Amino acid sequence: MATKSPIQDPNVDPVLDPMIDPRTGEYAVIAPGHNFKSVTQKIAGIVLTSNTPLGWFGGLAVAGGVATFLIIAVTWLFLKGVGIWGVTIPGAWGFAIINFVWWIGIGHAGTLISAILLLFKQTWRNSINRFAEAMTIFAVVCAGMFPLLHVGRPWLGYWLFPYPNTMNVWPQFRSPLAWDVFAVSTYATISVVFWYIGMIPDFGTLRDRAVSPVAKYFYGMMSMGWRGSTRHWIRYETASLLLAGLSTPLVLSVHTVISFDFAVAAMAGWHTTIFPPYFVAGAIYSGFAMVITLAVPIRKFYHLEDLVTLRHLDNMAKVMLGTGCIVGYGYCMEVFMSWYSASHWEFFMMWNRMFGPMGWAYWVLILTNLAIPLTTLWSRKLRVNALYLFLLSFVINTGMWFERFVIVVTSLYRDYLPSSWGTYRATRWDYMTFIGTWGLFTFLFLLFVRFLPMIPMSEIRMMLPQTKVHKGGADAETVAKETV
Amino acid sequence: MPPREGIYGLLAEFNTPGELVLATEQARAEGYRRMECYTPYPVEEAAEALHFHKNRVPLVCLLGGLLGVTTAFLMETWITVWSYPMNIAGRPLFSWPAFIIPAYEWTILFAGLSAAFGMLALNGLPQLYHPLFNAPNFRDGATTDKFFLCLEAHDPKFSILETRAFLEQFSPVSVVEVEH
Repeated sequence: MATKSPIQDPNVDPVLDPMIDPRTGEYAVIAPGHNFKSVTQKIAGIVLTSNTPLGWFGGLAVAGGVATFLIIAVTWLFLKGVGIWGVTIPGAWGFAIINFVWWIGIGHAGTLISAILLLFKQTWRNSINRFAEAMTIFAVVCAGMFPLLHVGRPWLGYWLFPYPNTMNVWPQFRSPLAWDVFAVSTYATISVVFWYIGMIPDFGTLRDRAVSPVAKYFYGMMSMGWRGSTRHWIRYETASLLLAGLSTPLVLSVHTVISFDFAVAAMAGWHTTIFPPYFVAGAIYSGFAMVITLAVPIRKFYHLEDLVTLRHLDNMAKVMLGTGCIVGYGYCMEVFMSWYSASHWEFFMMWNRMFGPMGWAYWVLILTNLAIPLTTLWSRKLRVNALYLFLLSFVINTGMWFERFVIVVTSLYRDYLPSSWGTYRATRWDYMTFIGTWGLFTFLFLLFVRFLPMIPMSEIRMMLPQTKVHKGGADAETVAKETV
Repeated sequence: MPPREGIYGLLAEFNTPGELVLATEQARAEGYRRMECYTPYPVEEAAEALHFHKNRVPLVCLLGGLLGVTTAFLMETWITVWSYPMNIAGRPLFSWPAFIIPAYEWTILFAGLSAAFGMLALNGLPQLYHPLFNAPNFRDGATTDKFFLCLEAHDPKFSILETRAFLEQFSPVSVVEVEH
């Protein structure tokens, strides 16, 4: 990707800015002057400190408070049933499926960063892949809750899986909803395994650096006795690469299968072949926005500007620009096909989506998902402006939520038969459940940054210039001289 | 278990991966075979120096994937055709195109779990105790910023004095005896 380097940018002085690599003119992936010890101390220090910052407790309290909404809403749901939600005929799919698709989509950027960028040897991903994977897992936790609650009797959720039972009943494998169970459960399992395997060497580091016996014991157990043996490392690297190679088709398939929930149904506005690629692009778009939402405050709060640099923000903004354009293409194609199909129902659906009673939602979506991001992200100055990207990430995720809202609601509430038209209105329990999942997500994420290594230390070490092996075994001083 | 006789091996500590690789290559040329490098991040050159090429993780992963796809497809076929046949929109009972998607997901699930747990099993992990953790400089070195070569005592060529002299010529930071 050809970009204007900051050297050509008259506002940036390459000599004065130490973050710019003089050879390439790009922002450095890691600030200069770091060595194996300094990166280890910096990252392990966040976890092993005995002085937890007060701000962390404050954040945890707020997140926990918001998460109680979820507990209250779910308790009431268990007592009363799904009737407390706004779902009813004709809008039989409401917030539950909207939020499910939205959260799952957010998770996809984590897998993209950890798997696809690994296969493409994009080493800049090393700084952000761990917390992007954590984000994936917590997003899948929030997502998985919605279909489970929507089934009405969540304690019988295991009926979704094929298992021998006395009722002699089995899942129906021609249904996209059964495919969903396989796709999402595989996605959750593989994401957790990939995340944990990635952390094993770092747990070894934490075990060896921990002072308190509790931390030593905990990280010792989690590290499984990792000792950095070369034979272990080679197998470990192979397994990581294989998991990345497997996660790549997996992440593309998960949102494809989710889009089949819609595309296989014979509803106007749903029954299109563009859904799988356009869902996947939208998922990555919203996921990268969420990574920025998390990365910007974390790098500020924990002073990680050396490791999560402007280069990362710039690159993530470029990915958002690219996927945003694909999403924009999807919207245009939907409009075009509704006319070109010459189907009365498709045409009406699109007219109703834009100018019907809920037309405002469509224009919010166009404004937040296309108009604002796709006009501003072309500017390099804005792409390296952390505050702007932070605010923009909320705009984009609002837009992505409205995209799902528009898809789910507008096709359902006015279908083929005008006599069955109705409307959809979410209840306070819908809103409480949704807001509660934000609290849960933030709560889990705060626990993660406090107790687990949020930046992969072993992978950061591999990006340092000292890793170069000098044939003939140069001593430390020669290496130090050469790398300066 | 009675304590084992003697020591586990001699552990040489280096500051750079280059020194480690050189020492390993020389040790191999000298005839040492029972040895291992310990590094804070993967050093492929060290694996080359150890002549370590038998990596079975890809095979385990492949077998897992094949098992996954077979299991899922046969299960779906058996359920839909024999155990619980249902007429869904007039489709044939053996509507295999629809079976591909769960089969695809289970291919990835089984292959991924095989790669991850296969890697751990081949590495002999979890193994919470290892003699090397007795070496005073090993912990906090091998997982942070130091590079180690361990020549193990059960190598036929091993002798404390000669092996120590051999390792000293690469001017390591230290050479320590590792207790069992």
